[in-house]
Amino acid sequence: MDAILLQILNGLDKGSAYALIALGLTLIFGTLGVVNFAHGALFMIGAFCAVTLQKLLNLSFVTLDETQKDFLGNPLKVETPFIEAWFGPEVGAMIIDWSVPLSILFAIPIMLLVGYVMERGLIKHFYKRPHADQILVTFGLAIVLQEIVKYFFGANPIQTPPPDVLSGSVDLGTMVGFDPNAIIYPIWRLVYFGFAVGIIGAVFSFLQFTTFGMVVRAGMADRETVGLLGINIDRRFTIMFGIAAGVAGLAGVMYGPLNPPNYHMGMDFLVLSFVVVVVGGMGSLPGAVLAGFLLGILESFASTTWATTTIPGINQIIIYLVAIIVLLTRPRGLMGRKGVMEE
Amino acid sequence: MAILRVKDVSKRFGGLKALTDVNLNIEENSVHAIIGPNGAGKSTLLNCLVGKLMPDTGSVLFNNNSVLGLEPFQINQMGISRVFQTPEIFGELTVMENMLIPIFAMRDGAFRMHAYETIAREREVVEQAEVMLEEMNMADKREMHAASLSRGDKRRLEIGMCLSQNPRLLLLDEPTAGMARADTNNTIDLLKQIKDERDITIAIIEHDMHVVFSLAERITVLAQGTPLVEDTPEKIRGHPKVREAYLGEAA
Amino acid sequence: MLGLNKKDTSLLIVVALLTLLAPFILNPFPEGSAMAQFNAGYPDLMQRFVIFGIFAIGFNILFGLTGYLSFGHAAFLGVGSYSAVWMFKLLSYNVIPAIALSVVVAGLFSLLIGFISLRRSGIYFSILTLAFAQMSFALAYSVLSNPKFNLTNGETGLQVYADDPQILQGANAPDLPHLFGLPMRATYTMDVGAWSFDFNAGYYLCAIIMMAVFYLSIRIFRSPFGMMLRAVKSNQQRMNYTGLNSKPYTLAAFVISGMYAGLAGGLMAAMDPLAGAERMQWTASGEVVLMTILGGTGTLIGPVLGAGFIKYFENIFSKINDNVLHSWFAFLPDGLEDAVVFVIHPFIGKGWHLTLGILFMLVVIYLPGGLVEGGQRLLKRFKRKKKDTDDAPSGKTEPAE
Repeated sequence: MDAILLQILNGLDKGSAYALIALGLTLIFGTLGVVNFAHGALFMIGAFCAVTLQKLLNLSFVTLDETQKDFLGNPLKVETPFIEAWFGPEVGAMIIDWSVPLSILFAIPIMLLVGYVMERGLIKHFYKRPHADQILVTFGLAIVLQEIVKYFFGANPIQTPPPDVLSGSVDLGTMVGFDPNAIIYPIWRLVYFGFAVGIIGAVFSFLQFTTFGMVVRAGMADRETVGLLGINIDRRFTIMFGIAAGVAGLAGVMYGPLNPPNYHMGMDFLVLSFVVVVVGGMGSLPGAVLAGFLLGILESFASTTWATTTIPGINQIIIYLVAIIVLLTRPRGLMGRKGVMEE
Repeated sequence: MAILRVKDVSKRFGGLKALTDVNLNIEENSVHAIIGPNGAGKSTLLNCLVGKLMPDTGSVLFNNNSVLGLEPFQINQMGISRVFQTPEIFGELTVMENMLIPIFAMRDGAFRMHAYETIAREREVVEQAEVMLEEMNMADKREMHAASLSRGDKRRLEIGMCLSQNPRLLLLDEPTAGMARADTNNTIDLLKQIKDERDITIAIIEHDMHVVFSLAERITVLAQGTPLVEDTPEKIRGHPKVREAYLGEAA
Repeated sequence: MLGLNKKDTSLLIVVALLTLLAPFILNPFPEGSAMAQFNAGYPDLMQRFVIFGIFAIGFNILFGLTGYLSFGHAAFLGVGSYSAVWMFKLLSYNVIPAIALSVVVAGLFSLLIGFISLRRSGIYFSILTLAFAQMSFALAYSVLSNPKFNLTNGETGLQVYADDPQILQGANAPDLPHLFGLPMRATYTMDVGAWSFDFNAGYYLCAIIMMAVFYLSIRIFRSPFGMMLRAVKSNQQRMNYTGLNSKPYTLAAFVISGMYAGLAGGLMAAMDPLAGAERMQWTASGEVVLMTILGGTGTLIGPVLGAGFIKYFENIFSKINDNVLHSWFAFLPDGLEDAVVFVIHPFIGKGWHLTLGILFMLVVIYLPGGLVEGGQRLLKRFKRKKKDTDDAPSGKTEPAE
């Protein structure tokens, strides 16, 4: 029982990332009718927002400390981050420690801007072109974005540690009455899961309870009808694209402490997120979220020693296998609607 | 003898009854028009005949063979050709190629892997296509891309493609929708010519009364998913029920 | 000739001449000169030109004709490579059975994957092929490489070991891939003055095979079958209502292109008897997409051009470094020189992929017909200009064209 619970928990962090990326993909697909192969790159850019802020916060100036000598007898060079000089050592150190959560504030405007520029500058011109062209141009864009990040940050993963207080593990098992040490769970994974749930909740309530969201949902159901109502749907769709980019970016920001960001993380997640979208049902937001978590948890079960000794490498193919089975038995995915992308 | 028998066909979409107990016989070598106000179920009925939709109940017999559950290409191979509301042609291909494809489909069936032959060597097929283009007055446009044709020419081409297969039954879905008056009259003339020269049954779904009364020998009026009356054009013209159906729509 | 019309025949002849004379054409700069680094006439690179040419020609039969965008074709290439190496291990180093098996296995594999993927079209199809390719990669990388059942030898890659059976390997046969005794590595170097040209057996084998399959692709393009495939792309609805079943047509195209990919994979292994899982990754599938689009989708020669273009620049562009740049721009004033080098720097060397990505986007946006369309446009403009200058002074009659 506790082992099962542990695997479910282990699947939550990846599942959260899948769900968030798939949610954005579905939003873009459902509203704009575009398949965005650069969506993984947005996730990656989000993660590198955190890297950038961390680097900025750690910018330092060098002073000579006469009281301490290095082994040659010269005064020791001490690097002090500007932030500590400005806010005092304690507050400064705390700001640096909390750089990943702080990056959320930093990333939101950047991601919205990136999303806006992408949609107005590029995607807009591809609404009327064949899907193959949309895939191709966003695929090209993904390569370009990835290479730009690689140019500035190099090819190696960069550590983005979580704040100290959130970096340990907690014994969740004892809280619900299991034996001690049965379920030890890293705090940051809980944070990430909670964060993901929060964002998903925010997106859904936004769509459910605001007029804007209502129009967008109507637009997802039938783009032409809403156009006839004289509502400026295109502008709203631009904003929607920005939001989707923001969701992907935030998913990336907070993912850093789980897995050090590198330039190709976006592509790695993209392929799986597509599978998630297809399993969930193209154009279905709840489907995307549900499938994201389900597949994340499934992957985690397939990674247990028991599974990998029975079928070596099963953890790496399980998602694809499930996707193929789902598509063959339920071609529209778990919650896909009839008529969406049928032709 | 009726070439197409529609019996007790019903179709619902969710809570909406699109068709209710439709019975309809189309006699061989006749021109049969199906008219009705918007939303009467004309298109649904047509889609049930060609394999695009599966009716919930009832049967559709073509030449005494059921067409239900068959794919569109199988129904076409039985001898039913369909002309669409907006011309469906192969836009990126040349006019000549557009004409070749249905003739190949007729000769070789639904699939044949003729990957190593050249088209030019298939003399018979090419000749048939040329004759058909000639008949449609399009021989001079044979090398043009079909997408660059005028609306009227696209319609001619589509009808020509259907005729090249010598279908027993030609289904036309509002063939003059969105056309200018001159094009409409040309299409009427073309269809009249086809009717006179060929052994063919034509079923036409139409909104435009001018077209219907110039062509049809029998007319079925559909309203709210069920046939109201079926009769000759003369009788339909003054029929009170028909007026009611159309006036009801206008109000 | 050969059942082709005049235009296609001359295209085939041009391609034949270019491939046969490639060792000369690709080595225009004398050995030891500053420009020698732009020579591409060494066997390894020339082999890659034609092998990827084959891969792209096959991909174009699917994507160019039917419009179905597969993101999983590298899987078939990988399967071809594995099959070939297994033939080396079990039978002998002779390349013929190896290549034959790689085509057959890739064909069967693509039949399976195509059958499932083609149940959906459009985006679903692309994503399904992508998923299959990634799954094949994972299978090759880990699942099918365990002590109980080692088909792929995982991370190390599949290769021939001394204790492999090689039941047909003759006593005197070369201990590396060969064609009835002629080793694929055999290279004859011809020195002409300062120039040096390499004639490699493996390259010529690949080149001849490429010409054969290029010819085959012309036949397919011009056949009724090819016309049906274009009909699939143009209007499936009309096709189905014309009595044609578009599924088997698309599946046939998928399998043919899968076999082309398998052939390319087999040849790759024949040139270098090693097969690794990374060949199957979806980025590798993306590469053939890039090649085809860049060269010109749906054109005959486009994919070959695209493959050559990308492979050339991948090798040559990535060699340019800052020192080379500085030597090029040495004529500029110092400050300006540094500035120019600074600006170009991100796009060269390791940044080659950035250049490729940008180029690719530009082509998709502005030049959907790829290099072929670009060439045609240039030619047209050039012709018009020529006509203008001809007409203006003398007003003589138009040259017969």
